[in-house]
Amino acid sequence: MSHATDHAVPYAVHTGTSASRIAGIAALILIVVLVALPAFASRSLIQDMFFILTMLVLAQFWNLLAGYGGLVSIGQQAFVGIGAYAMFGVVILAGLDPVPAILLGGVVAVLLAIPTAFFAFRLQGAYFAIGTWVIAEVVRLLTSQWKAVGGGTGTSLPRDATRDLWMTETIETVFGVRNAAARDILSYWLAVILAVATIGGIYWLLRTKRGLALAAVRDNIEAAKSVGVDAVRMKWTVFLVAAFGTGLTGALIYLQKARISPDAAFSVTDWTAFVLFIVVIGGIGTIEGPIIGVIVFFLLQSLLADYGTWYLMVLGVIGIIIMLFAPKGLWGLISSRTGIELFPVRRRLTGGALHTSQQET
Amino acid sequence: MTMLALQNVSKSFGALKVTDAVSFEVPEGQALGIIGPNGAGKSTLFNLITGNLPADQGTVHFEGRDVTRVPAMQRCISGVGRSFQIPQPFTHLTVYENLLVAATHGRQHSESEVMRECAVILERTELIDRANQTSGSLSLLERKRLELARAMATHPKLLLLDEIAGGLTEGECQALVETIKAIHAEGVTIIWIEHVLHALTSVVDRLLVLDFGKVIGIGDPDAIMDSKEVKEIYLGIDV
Repeated sequence: MSHATDHAVPYAVHTGTSASRIAGIAALILIVVLVALPAFASRSLIQDMFFILTMLVLAQFWNLLAGYGGLVSIGQQAFVGIGAYAMFGVVILAGLDPVPAILLGGVVAVLLAIPTAFFAFRLQGAYFAIGTWVIAEVVRLLTSQWKAVGGGTGTSLPRDATRDLWMTETIETVFGVRNAAARDILSYWLAVILAVATIGGIYWLLRTKRGLALAAVRDNIEAAKSVGVDAVRMKWTVFLVAAFGTGLTGALIYLQKARISPDAAFSVTDWTAFVLFIVVIGGIGTIEGPIIGVIVFFLLQSLLADYGTWYLMVLGVIGIIIMLFAPKGLWGLISSRTGIELFPVRRRLTGGALHTSQQET
Repeated sequence: MTMLALQNVSKSFGALKVTDAVSFEVPEGQALGIIGPNGAGKSTLFNLITGNLPADQGTVHFEGRDVTRVPAMQRCISGVGRSFQIPQPFTHLTVYENLLVAATHGRQHSESEVMRECAVILERTELIDRANQTSGSLSLLERKRLELARAMATHPKLLLLDEIAGGLTEGECQALVETIKAIHAEGVTIIWIEHVLHALTSVVDRLLVLDFGKVIGIGDPDAIMDSKEVKEIYLGIDV
């Protein structure tokens, strides 16, 4: 036991891999391309990209909840809807510019998440999932009683608000487009910022000691408590962060749509079932999974858009097949075959006794 | 100073009283062994000391402070470390990361502050070659060692070991005893539940016998092992 201290090479910890360094450079290039895209892309491509990016953000937050926090919520549409309605509310009632109102959407979603968590955290597993869904339904019904924003039939953003939207005039002159297209470009850029910040933020969280604690809680909550992990605070943090991000995204989605109704904004199919599909087929509990999942989802949707109900059935069948034969999703298949990790969080200990033992063998 | 004091602690699961008015004290620096037949309530007693289970009645004092209502996480931070009878590793994390969780949260330090110390604990528990393997891939012996290593990473003042020597070969058991002796020699107070009696008695200063949730004897190990009640109840010898 006395050998425990002196080593020629001191201990060190590494997290990055060569794939992750290449991925980092590729990500920077991708971000530049995404930001510059409106200069040469058609309006319909910008709209498609907006859809992909916002679904990706929703998927990343649901993955944070379910994949990392073990909180399988099927009531995330409550935060999409409340975020969107909060934005509509302050624009219509207080005349605020919709762009800063998006932030308020996130804040109101957190305010809703606090009582939701208070009740739902008393439930475990499937009961938690059902509980969140019920709460979302209650919020939808309450919102449809709110006459100032159109009640059950919904409403549109006032023309003045959409026309004089922040920065749109500059975009109109620079790109030489009409007001509606300028609004799409603005929404798209906000979606790019949101997606980059979300992925960057989640990756940062997972690499801190809180990320480590999150993984420990997911593996074994009693053991995690016994080594000093505040499991209750971890659950609250994850739930509130996910609500904030989901609320922001909801507000942004409905800024671009400019028209809202309770049934659309609180749709369990659009904002939870599709998001769940994206995460599950891509690979739950990884950052790469939702990225692959959203691309597959978008391609399927474009291919099958004309087939109505068949589209949903094919989606369901694909979901079931992947769950049965590749429970870790498409990214799980790829990374187990190739060992590639684009967002590595593993801490690898090197040096010290490991250095000498590696040299001996 | 008294490290740990239990006063009239009781716990029931439904109609079954698993811990029945248990009272005892452990002075700082002592090693106390706990023996008793299967189902005597030994592991439950540990869960009451660590806060993984709430006590129905009675009080638990740690370093003179009443911790009866303090959650497990907080008790760990103030210095109660434990191993589980059935190893409970964080299976998707590596062996090194298992220790890192314990050291960064149990002691509230940053990762860089505890990195070297975690590595040294891995050397001491002979797990250093497994550092970068996921703990789900470990053998039983290695999992038991990981339980000990992870508890040590929290820097406990009081270390609770739950059947850490069970299922090991004689040689493995001996190596483990040496490690535990060394930890004890550094001044860590130890409470150790064990069926492997010779391993236990080579370390502990005092022995406590538990049966049907009650303390039926506590004192010098030799005297306890010789007492009539212990032979009858624990060893099943008809005296």
